[in-house]
Amino acid sequence: MPELRYVDALNRAHHEEMERDERVVVLGEDVGRKGGVFGVTQGLFERFGEERVVDTPLAESSIVGCAIGMACNGLVPIAEIQFADFIHPAFDQIVSEAARMRYRSNGAFGVPLVIRVPYGGAHGTALYHSQCVEAFYAHVPGLKVVAPGTPYDAKGMLKAAVRDPDPVLFLEHKRMYRLVRGEVPEGDYTVPLGPAVVRKEGKDLSVFTYGWTLHEALRAAETAAQEGIAVEVVEVRCLRPLDKETILRSVAKTNKALVVYEDNRFGGFGAEIAALIAEEAFEDLDGPVMRLGGPDVPGIPFARPLEQWYWINQDKILGAIRRLAHY
Amino acid sequence: MATDVLLPQLGESTYEATIGRWLKSPGDRVERFEPLVELITDKVNVEMPSPVAGRLVEIVAQEGQTLPVGSVIARVEEDGAQAAAPGPEEAPAARGAQLPAGRLSPLVSRLVQEHGITPEELAQIRGTGTGGRITKQDVLSYLERRGKAAAPEAAPPTAEIPAVGEQRVPLSPLRRAIADRLSRAKREVPHAYGVVEADVTDLVRWYEAQREAFQRQHGVRLTYTALFARAAVEALRAFPVVNAQWAEDAIVLKPHINLGVAVSVEEGLVVPVLHRAEEKSLVGIARELEDLTRRAREGKLTLEDVQGGTFTLTNPGVFGSIWSLPIVNYPQAAILATDAIVKRPVVRDDAIAIRAVMHLGLSFDHRVFDGAVALQFLNHVKASLEAVDPVIR
Repeated sequence: MPELRYVDALNRAHHEEMERDERVVVLGEDVGRKGGVFGVTQGLFERFGEERVVDTPLAESSIVGCAIGMACNGLVPIAEIQFADFIHPAFDQIVSEAARMRYRSNGAFGVPLVIRVPYGGAHGTALYHSQCVEAFYAHVPGLKVVAPGTPYDAKGMLKAAVRDPDPVLFLEHKRMYRLVRGEVPEGDYTVPLGPAVVRKEGKDLSVFTYGWTLHEALRAAETAAQEGIAVEVVEVRCLRPLDKETILRSVAKTNKALVVYEDNRFGGFGAEIAALIAEEAFEDLDGPVMRLGGPDVPGIPFARPLEQWYWINQDKILGAIRRLAHY
Repeated sequence: MATDVLLPQLGESTYEATIGRWLKSPGDRVERFEPLVELITDKVNVEMPSPVAGRLVEIVAQEGQTLPVGSVIARVEEDGAQAAAPGPEEAPAARGAQLPAGRLSPLVSRLVQEHGITPEELAQIRGTGTGGRITKQDVLSYLERRGKAAAPEAAPPTAEIPAVGEQRVPLSPLRRAIADRLSRAKREVPHAYGVVEADVTDLVRWYEAQREAFQRQHGVRLTYTALFARAAVEALRAFPVVNAQWAEDAIVLKPHINLGVAVSVEEGLVVPVLHRAEEKSLVGIARELEDLTRRAREGKLTLEDVQGGTFTLTNPGVFGSIWSLPIVNYPQAAILATDAIVKRPVVRDDAIAIRAVMHLGLSFDHRVFDGAVALQFLNHVKASLEAVDPVIR
């Protein structure tokens, strides 16, 4: 099986889905001639033409609004939001229109739309190119919100998202594009949108995370193992729907839970996982449900030391693991 | 929304129960408090009422399964209106209430419950967590040590390879409860005994003459056990210290005579209680005894039926025993054994006569009272039986 970068796995999925189904179209800023600022849509314009790969104006509300119209009229659009930070003008279209269409029309209309969203902090991305937006959208019934953490899942889940009859917010942590590699099968396969997955088994405590922090957590878990702490790492790759069973099963096994996420800690998505555990696994707990999230500041700072201070890296995760393990 | 039906705590020392028979099938409608399932504990069989009204959607625990308290045994889909209303909690509220000061995590609390760790034991466990907190590992290590400490005693029989033809009979919850309670009584209570002989010739005559009329008049069968119970109640009234219990720093005299009567059942022995026996006539006692005995044999005693006993009467005479020294029913102070009535040649007025006689044996907690009281008590019982009149009222 070839080893691919995260970005290439996504690119393959685009090519294969557009080839498979001519209703699939791509639209967004610089997705055509340039092939996307991160290169996810490279080669699509040349191969499928400007009718199916559409460069749009810098207007996210319009990108999503047009895509909703396309979806309601028989197309299967993949809309790219260049950076999650710019998705906010489209909030109304996503929350009030796309997410509600099936409910509002009593099932007569669906919106088979994928909104791809590069998100999260990387070196020097600062306030306008580093936001985490999952909490806003995971709150909304009618949307699916997913954040695959491996190239295998990136390809398989994007294909599943394209084939899903309802809108899917597809979050891609941009640090992963070129740093994360993994085996990706040639040809067609899908990964269902829903199940969480245990990436590393352990008996002493469970870490629940998604996106880039999965990789930081796995490294922290390795170090912890050398100290005799067996950490179970569970990737919650689908935020909505949330796989409660896998989460609760892991807590029932380890009796301690640490939730790790990059977004601001307060009101972040991890709070939902923490609340679930507190409510439904209370009698399994041998320690407080802990959260490790970003500091409560309005954005990831540009200055290097401050950027370091913000990031949820393996050292911070290891610190939290030690505290909880020794509780 | 489906509500989990949890296995309730049935009595303070019950940590598990066995599912007897489901009285409802999936899909059936159940009303709140309507019997849902029969539960068999080491003490009694009870019918558990449904905590909510709705439809039984799933039976999680199968008949014959033994589960710890708090396990999900079924799911009931609640009626819409009641689902929203915060109904009173049916779940055991006192869980962990008797634990010593110091915080336990929910998991540790659960382990304590599940393994029956006493507050005294808990106090011995050294916490290795933050601020000396008792962690899961601390409890598990303790349980391992406890298991090993108990092992040497238990080891020889279990370690033996069963000889050909030997059969190992698994303990029923009832058998295990009997074993635990009797061991505890023998271990903690310094037993002493007294036996007197009663001449019950007149009582036997009265009984033979009256029993049919009694049954016709009251619609209930008269038994010797009922007569012995009456005699015991009269004596307990005269000697409150026998109707009592040792409490380390005091002797607790009980305000009412709740007379336990040992009943032999298929699986072993149960002791239903005649509550406030001092308020009851012979007819009342006979009637209640008949009801309790029948329900004991049918396995239909409720928890209330077996709780609160202050003194126990056992009648091994029905099996032909002529000399019995029972073990007290912990934590009660004493137990009276009534042996078989047999005809014997005895000396009366310096002549040999053939009389119907029986032995009355009292086993008692010597910490609570002494032999003098025990014999006065026995003689009171004896006198009542011999005089007949006091016991037939």
